[in-house]
Amino acid sequence: MGSPAPAGEGSPVASVATNTSPGLRPPTRRGTELVMLSFAAGLVTLALILVELNQERSLSLRIVYLGLAYLGLFACAHLAVRRWAPYADPAILPCVALLNGLGLVMIHRIDLALEGVKYLDGSTWSPVAFKQVIMTAIGLLLFAATLKFLSDHRTLARFGYTFGLAGLVALLLPGVLPGFIAPTINGAKIWLRVGQFSIQPGEFAKILLMVFFAAFLVSKRDLFTTAGRRFLGMDLPRARDLGPLFAAWGVTVAVMVLQKDLGSSLLFFGIVLVLLYVATERAAWVVLGVGLFSGGAIIAWRLFDHVQDRVANWQDPIARYDVEFGGGYQISQSLFGLATGGIGGAGLGAGRPEMIPEANSDFITAVIGEELGFIGLAAVLLIYMVFALRGLRSAISVRDSFGKLLGGGLAFAVCFQVFIVVGGVTKLIPMTGITAPFLSYGGSSLLANYILVALLLRISAAARAPQRAPKPKPQQPAIADQHTVMVERPK
Amino acid sequence: MNTPLRRIGMAMMVMIVLLLGNATWVQVVNADKWRLDPHNKRVLLDEYARKRGLITVADGTVIADVKETTDRLRYLRVYNSGPAYAPVTGYLSVTYGTAGLERAENDLLNGSDDRLFARRVSALITGRDPVGGNVQLTLQPKIQQVAYDQLTSKGFTGSVVAIKPDTGEVLAMVSTPSYDPNLLASHDADEQAAAWKQLNAKDANDPLLNRATQALYPAGSTLKVVVAAAALADGKNKDTQYTAAGTIKLPNTQTDLPNFNGTPCGPGQTVSMETALAKSCNTAFGEMAGQLGANKLRRQAEKFGFNDPGLQVPMPVETSTLGQIEDDAALYQTGIGQRNVQITPLENAVIAATIANGGKRMKPYLVSKILGPDLKSIDDTEPDNVEDAMSSANASALRDMMIQSETNTGGEGRQQGLQIASKTGTAEHGAKPLENNPHAWYIAFAPAQKPEIAIAVIVEDGGDRGLGATGGKVAAPIGRAVINAYMAGR
Repeated sequence: MGSPAPAGEGSPVASVATNTSPGLRPPTRRGTELVMLSFAAGLVTLALILVELNQERSLSLRIVYLGLAYLGLFACAHLAVRRWAPYADPAILPCVALLNGLGLVMIHRIDLALEGVKYLDGSTWSPVAFKQVIMTAIGLLLFAATLKFLSDHRTLARFGYTFGLAGLVALLLPGVLPGFIAPTINGAKIWLRVGQFSIQPGEFAKILLMVFFAAFLVSKRDLFTTAGRRFLGMDLPRARDLGPLFAAWGVTVAVMVLQKDLGSSLLFFGIVLVLLYVATERAAWVVLGVGLFSGGAIIAWRLFDHVQDRVANWQDPIARYDVEFGGGYQISQSLFGLATGGIGGAGLGAGRPEMIPEANSDFITAVIGEELGFIGLAAVLLIYMVFALRGLRSAISVRDSFGKLLGGGLAFAVCFQVFIVVGGVTKLIPMTGITAPFLSYGGSSLLANYILVALLLRISAAARAPQRAPKPKPQQPAIADQHTVMVERPK
Repeated sequence: MNTPLRRIGMAMMVMIVLLLGNATWVQVVNADKWRLDPHNKRVLLDEYARKRGLITVADGTVIADVKETTDRLRYLRVYNSGPAYAPVTGYLSVTYGTAGLERAENDLLNGSDDRLFARRVSALITGRDPVGGNVQLTLQPKIQQVAYDQLTSKGFTGSVVAIKPDTGEVLAMVSTPSYDPNLLASHDADEQAAAWKQLNAKDANDPLLNRATQALYPAGSTLKVVVAAAALADGKNKDTQYTAAGTIKLPNTQTDLPNFNGTPCGPGQTVSMETALAKSCNTAFGEMAGQLGANKLRRQAEKFGFNDPGLQVPMPVETSTLGQIEDDAALYQTGIGQRNVQITPLENAVIAATIANGGKRMKPYLVSKILGPDLKSIDDTEPDNVEDAMSSANASALRDMMIQSETNTGGEGRQQGLQIASKTGTAEHGAKPLENNPHAWYIAFAPAQKPEIAIAVIVEDGGDRGLGATGGKVAAPIGRAVINAYMAGR
């Protein structure tokens, strides 16, 4: 499976691997990655062919070019990993490639279905797949740049507070800025618009704040683990240590109120809780945090119409099918699509997923469920799980606390985001409006997630790379070579 | 830190498992709840995406075709000579659903019928699009067109049904006013809506109603053949004498039951059954019904196909009934096809066909063959002798009386060398029968001695003759034209 020493690393064995016998370097597994990437490219090309066949009823060479272009993009990403993070986990990039490719195919598929559709205001649907391809390319550039310029993830810890401030500003900016620069779209005020471009700073804030929290918690770790009082078998934190938790809670509520972005606030709060828990190893934080969040959610539900709408749509979407704004139409269409798709799905390009509003962004997993069926949706969920578990694996095996915390947080963030959005479209939890990582249409989300992947790969590379040869240890005393002698205890 | 990280890993797996479990619930276990929800248009749209089967008439002419389009609904239903066949084909509309054969044979036409199972599986394997099965009808395009032209050229509201007596094949089924089903099948939602609104307008006179199977009319004097059949079965014959009075009082009332214009039926006190039928004397048939009693009358009617709520041709047919017969007065009126008697044009044609077929009633049917997408026959309809309504001797006797009746009937269209057996009817209806134009009926079969076609014609509200309309003047010429067209084409 593994390939021999990666290209570009000239010197022969100069270091001693920790887990392998002396004199051998651990396999980098870049060859495995390349094989899996090719497999992903093959699958994506096949998916594209099916979509074209079903929608356009014709095939052209264009598809081959698109497939090759896609393979080329990820081959570049692969080369970047080979060059700058040769020991990175080999499964993560192929998972991302497959998800991103499938997302592109589905976005293109929705474009085809909505081609020429006229809206009430006279505008027509404008295809977005090409934009997303450009975004993928930019995302991979960012990915490579991150790997190149961040040779050690621990560097990030030094800028923890800077990142924290930047993240906080980015998160709250759209909420407080006036409407002409931060318009309200579909009820949420999470975009910044400058001319033609609009970005969702919250997507980047997620990563910035994770870096901050990881750095902060690592440096103050001792404080948090100091026991407060014991209560019900749990070590309660001291009251003064609750500060960060309450701060995070406050920000969460602010996001919920100012920006009406329930999904992001849930995601953000979940991440903070997990980081706190991992740093302190105290379940009490989780219990406290969940309690706080539940309280906040109940208050929000009482106070805000849009929260009540989401909950009512979750309870009975059909009853609110005809409600004009914030009704159950969207979630109903999602469920219709999923149920009509059934086990095997309608076939790529053969369903009617364009009937779901926002089919190519928040509801893209419903599109996959409709056309690829339960089997396809389950496969996508399992790819996410593999991705998150490989990320977590890296966090567990990396040696430094900051890396563990950041890696665990990044892996959890992706998994939790998937839970929120897929749970929403399948009516497991109320729909909160959030993108599916790598699948959904949306540049900010894609770029941010590629940075996230780069960070995870950097951490996994640190975990798997052979350690630098330690300073020569002092000569062991001869006694160490002696066999242990069992001495019988005197009776 | 590794212990909490491992627990986070567990939590992530739990989240994914929860999602998988919920997806199983929505997509597999509880899928029908969402899939079959009336708000879900996907199933309907899928049907459109499949190439629907064709509907052809007896000579293979396609009356319901499909055309591939570039729009979202892919296949457009195209009806050739739409209005002439619309009552039979019905329509297929995205917004307004289906009607007629499009509804009755929907599973077959859209390819989901079990008889097409093997072909569906092979389509699945070969990757071709599944296609619907084709339906071949018994309708003869020539006489269908003649019947339709006959009714529409004079602007009549009514219906013509022609049946092959020895098989029950429906040779023509026309209902007017008709409509163009292409408008409802249109992929343009606005065009559909406009057509629907127009067709359902109050003054549009119900063009969507297939009068042949769905409309119930008083049978009028055409029911006298049923009463005569009951009397023959009761041991009477064509010479049995009944009152010839121009008017009699209904039993236990002061209400008159007059003949047409109050004319006595004959010079003497009594007339034979044969003469009474030939001259359509109400008094004699009132008396005849009175003598038979409600039960015998009902039983004979049922033998001819009344009270059969399950009849499908394959569209469901409204149930013809004699209605409630409260007392002797009602019995007398029932004997002349009035009071509560309700009959469809199809049932009246079945009565004529049954007499023509020596008393053997054949189940009427429109679909002669079901063909697979490859045009190989999957299922042929076998003629079904439902019941012997009359002995063949009695049927011959009744036929002879109906030949006399035809001789006594006015109207044009008679042709040398073709003997027709018939009965006319002029059915009063409405709250004030004397002010409402009567419905004109004509049931017949020909050639009388070796019948090949039996028909029923109804023209609502007197056609173009107003209050003076009779079955003979208004309906009979149409019936004869249809019969002549059929005989000429043989």
